[in-house]
Amino acid sequence: MRDWPLWEVFVRSRRGLSHVHVGSLHAPDAEMALRNARDVYTRRQEGVSIWVLPSAEIVASDPGERDAFFEPAADKVYRHPTFYDVPEGVEHL
Amino acid sequence: MPFEELLAEDGRVEPRDEMPDAYRRTLVRQIAQHAHSEIIGMQPEGNWISRAPSLRRKAILMAKVQDEAGHGLYLYAAAETLGVDREDLLDQLHTGRQKYSSIFNYPTLTWADVGAIGWLVDGAAIVNQVPLCRCSYGPYARAMVRVCKEESFHQRQGFEILHTLSHGTPAQKAMAQDAVDRYWWPSLMMFGPPDDDSPNSAQSMAWGIKRFSNDDLRQRFVDMTVPQAEILGLTLPDPEIRWNEERGHYDFGTVDFTELFEVIKGNGPCNAERMAHRVKAHEDGAWVREAASAYASKRSSEAVA
Repeated sequence: MRDWPLWEVFVRSRRGLSHVHVGSLHAPDAEMALRNARDVYTRRQEGVSIWVLPSAEIVASDPGERDAFFEPAADKVYRHPTFYDVPEGVEHL
Repeated sequence: MPFEELLAEDGRVEPRDEMPDAYRRTLVRQIAQHAHSEIIGMQPEGNWISRAPSLRRKAILMAKVQDEAGHGLYLYAAAETLGVDREDLLDQLHTGRQKYSSIFNYPTLTWADVGAIGWLVDGAAIVNQVPLCRCSYGPYARAMVRVCKEESFHQRQGFEILHTLSHGTPAQKAMAQDAVDRYWWPSLMMFGPPDDDSPNSAQSMAWGIKRFSNDDLRQRFVDMTVPQAEILGLTLPDPEIRWNEERGHYDFGTVDFTELFEVIKGNGPCNAERMAHRVKAHEDGAWVREAASAYASKRSSEAVA
């Protein structure tokens, strides 16, 4: 078990919704990871589809650089509909 | 965002955030101990699977014991986000360097004990765990949300077992009463030492790991359980339990914490047995882990060729 890779588990709870991260587990290969994920994370019909992927393959943004990384979106309030003044009485806008 | 600021606004700490070493160490110790408790907790109940009184009870008990294994896995996975290895945590359990909840060092002598564990032990666990769903460490909090959802079935099945026995023959009722008599005080000990003798509590509260004090949670459990005992038609083995109008809570007797400390030290009725069984199960499973690894490496070498 010591050298079994870590897998991240994503579950689609029902058709029409996206897969959501639910946790992780160790398994020797992808097939076992899927079976273990079924037993650990969907004992009560929580899912209709499971993705597993090796944790080592995930590339993540750095929490320490969060502010700088997401800064470009911070000063563009005009991207939200609430930014605009709408005259009284205008409907369906 | 710096750790202290995050805590000040009740934010959640995630695995790759900066955090003080002591916070990390405390979480590893607590989550590992919690995970160990889940898997050791499979033993007292597993003891009755083969002797459950009906197929229905047996299927339910198997599902419950399987849930405990699942809870252990959620928690080991949460601990691993802090940079530790599950295999190392298991080594520490097996060599006695990490603990598990002392409640599982009591034996399950009769079928009614399965009911008492569900009602009282899982009931106390729920009271402890619900506030942990808001723990400052994100992965632990998320694991607890899943655990708590599943625990409520555990508690109800225990209550149902006791209710059935209590409304059965006089012998069945006596068996239910005996189980409650034996499990009541150890269940109160599950909340830990009293507040004035709980050295780590203040720091854990400041870090947002713990949300309520041991004594507050113990009181909450007593308040919740006394009326349920009345509905069961069973008594709790404490003559001092009575409603206190002024406090708005039930008064209850003094817990004998010397017993708790003795059991933690390893002198409970089943400490050695639980550990020996756990180590044997791990060793007996070695060939399965080896076979799975061998199969995976054979498959991957075939894929390359």
